[in-house]
Amino acid sequence: MHIVVCVKQVPDTKIIKINPKTNTLDRRSAPAILNPYDAHAVQEAVRLKKLVGGTVSVVSMGPPQATAIIKKSVEIGADEGYLISDRAFAGADTLATSYALSKALERIAKIKPIDMVICGKHAIDGDTGQVGPGIARRLDIPPVTNVIEVTEVIEKDKKVVIKRKLTSGYEIIQAQLPCLLTVEKEINEVEYSPLPNMIRAAKYESIIWTVADLENVDKVQLGLKGSPTIVGKMFSPPKPEGGIRLEGTANEQVNKLMDLLMEKKELFTLQTTK
Amino acid sequence: MSEKFDVIVVGAGPAGSACALTCAQSGLKVLLIERGEYPGSKNVMGGVLYRKQMEELIPEFWKEAPLERPVIEQRFWMMDKESVVSFGYKGLEWAEENNYNNFTVLRAQFDQWFASKAVQAGALLINETVVLECIVENGKVVGVRTDRPDGDIYADVVVLADGVNSLLGKQLGFHKEFRPDEVALTVMEVINLPKEKINDRFNLSDNQGCTIEIFGDSTKGNLGTAFLYTNKDSLNIGVGTTLSSMIKAKLKPYDLLDYLKNHPMVKPLIEGGESAEYLAHLIPEGGYRSVPKVAGNGVVLIGDAAQLVNAIHREGSNMAMSSGKMAAETIIEAKHRNDFSESSLNLYREKLYDSFIMKDLEKYKDAAHTFEKYPQYFNEYVPMMNKAMSKFFTVDGTPKRDKQKEIMKSITKERGVINVAKDMYRAWKAVK
Ligand SMILES: Cc1cc2nc3c(=O)[nH]c(=O)nc-3n(C[C@H](O)[C@H](O)[C@H](O)COP(=O)(O)OP(=O)(O)OC[C@H]3O[C@@H](n4cnc5c(N)ncnc54)[C@H](O)[C@@H]3O)c2cc1C
Repeated sequence: MHIVVCVKQVPDTKIIKINPKTNTLDRRSAPAILNPYDAHAVQEAVRLKKLVGGTVSVVSMGPPQATAIIKKSVEIGADEGYLISDRAFAGADTLATSYALSKALERIAKIKPIDMVICGKHAIDGDTGQVGPGIARRLDIPPVTNVIEVTEVIEKDKKVVIKRKLTSGYEIIQAQLPCLLTVEKEINEVEYSPLPNMIRAAKYESIIWTVADLENVDKVQLGLKGSPTIVGKMFSPPKPEGGIRLEGTANEQVNKLMDLLMEKKELFTLQTTK
Repeated sequence: MSEKFDVIVVGAGPAGSACALTCAQSGLKVLLIERGEYPGSKNVMGGVLYRKQMEELIPEFWKEAPLERPVIEQRFWMMDKESVVSFGYKGLEWAEENNYNNFTVLRAQFDQWFASKAVQAGALLINETVVLECIVENGKVVGVRTDRPDGDIYADVVVLADGVNSLLGKQLGFHKEFRPDEVALTVMEVINLPKEKINDRFNLSDNQGCTIEIFGDSTKGNLGTAFLYTNKDSLNIGVGTTLSSMIKAKLKPYDLLDYLKNHPMVKPLIEGGESAEYLAHLIPEGGYRSVPKVAGNGVVLIGDAAQLVNAIHREGSNMAMSSGKMAAETIIEAKHRNDFSESSLNLYREKLYDSFIMKDLEKYKDAAHTFEKYPQYFNEYVPMMNKAMSKFFTVDGTPKRDKQKEIMKSITKERGVINVAKDMYRAWKAVK
């Protein structure tokens, strides 16, 4: 089985700051990492490879430094890594990104036919979750989102059994191969990579493609030109205010609490629309 | 058996990267293992990087390395509670490329860059991997055991560049646990401050840096020093004393740094800055006598792991790099002979003892001990100097000659003539 995982280099949003003047992410303020959901996606591909055999490839679109996350994927256990890197891709929104990645996947499929594509649920610097389904649509394969378990791979029938997370509970579905999964973090634990993988990753040279290396590309759909999305505004959410500490005897505390609740009682009445 | 390397270097600080770089440049197969998320992620240094030893490894490194400012002024402060006696040197020649003397750096960036040069030369770097122990077979180090699954890896020589604590060196029995007077505990902070403010307060332009070493009240009179260095748009401020002084005086390192930051001589320089990072680290200060065995069968120790620090001149990173280079040269020669025994690798020891490193450490071999045993240098002479200067510069109608007499009298009165003479002789002997 050939599984290809789409990975993205993102700023670590746990530390990133927003530039208050321009309302954009100050990317210098945080180190670049492998999008955490994608790490789970690579791990799942590696787990399935161990189960049924085959090859795991990863593909990313980004600047030349993004080879760092390809190396990271090799540490987790990927066999090959492709980076599409070209000025023509710059400034892409989710529409243009999924177009470019689908072209890269078509090219990879020529080297070795693809049985499954896995993406993270979303990238932590955008949280849209649109690229995965966008790719599936363009490749005309079924998108299966919010996957929390790949229960079974039935190779001879070209089918997989999958558990999907729903708002309440989960569902178990069967999908035909090839298909595209987007995975949640609960799908697995990213393992501590064995030393031989680390050494292989340190040596590994990513395969880098420019637009010219891809086939049948409609350049108008790439990069900024192919991106209809406009970001209106970006802001840091307000810091939550600290709680109130009630002191005194149990009775006093209860009374104070009741007073406070009564003051805010409109919060507890059901809003009805007229 | 898994893949075998010519050299495994443990720790990607200045010592490890220098060694890995030199080995890789001569075509050896090198594996550099670092426990941090990236080289330098947790490494600590006041921040003065010396040109000479770095240049021997990477010519014209300043054109490319992430440096902060070339240092054009070095100040020394003898600080009392509300005063300071200051001297130093500022020279514009140090701002010129041909004469750069040293630079301020932030280690998190510098170490990462330095390690990347070793990688460019062909070394393999793996991060986030802890070496747990050396693998010893038949009395010879043959590889290392890491904390990763399938984590054993083999080499002809293992280089321990794992820093001051060198757990690995201790495991091999090369050195013992530290005595508290052999190490200094230092805490430091990186304080962000706009470039213009730094330039104003320290009287500098953009590409000029200043270092201040502070003695006396900076450590509340204990054996140790404090420092304040200028980066591009931040300051490094820190203070440390030997562990033994800290224990004896019941000092808490954090309190000491707080005290320093609020000292009336220091506060105006850092005022309004935003604390960006807080770091604590040990410095090996035992000097000459604490340098352990540095070569064994299949193994060498370099940098802080071999306790190579000149505390009096705050030189550590340069000794780390030079020792790394000397070890590498030895390993390259050993490879030609295909002999990695202790006697073969002891060539490194010879190089080390022949170099400025051991010569300088030898020169100051009694200094720390003297200053530790006789605390008056820090807690009595510094205040005396301040009083003397105050008296000397106060214009009150007393003739200058009388003032000098009065100053001498008050000094000898406080310590006694014989004692002063003894103190002076002792100090001279310690640093001569
Ligand atoms: C506060 C302070 C101020 C200083 N100021 C100066 C100064 O201004 N100028 C100067 O020249 N020197 C200064 N020094 C000294 C200087 O920092 C050291 O001498 C120098 O860093 C030594 O380099 P090293 O490579 O030997 O060790 P380190 O820089 O400590 O590097 C050791 C490396 O090994 C890694 N490591 C450790 N154990 C393991 C393991 N088991 N497995 C894998 N990796 C491991 C560590 O993560 C680290 O990256 C200062 C030191 C301190 C603490």
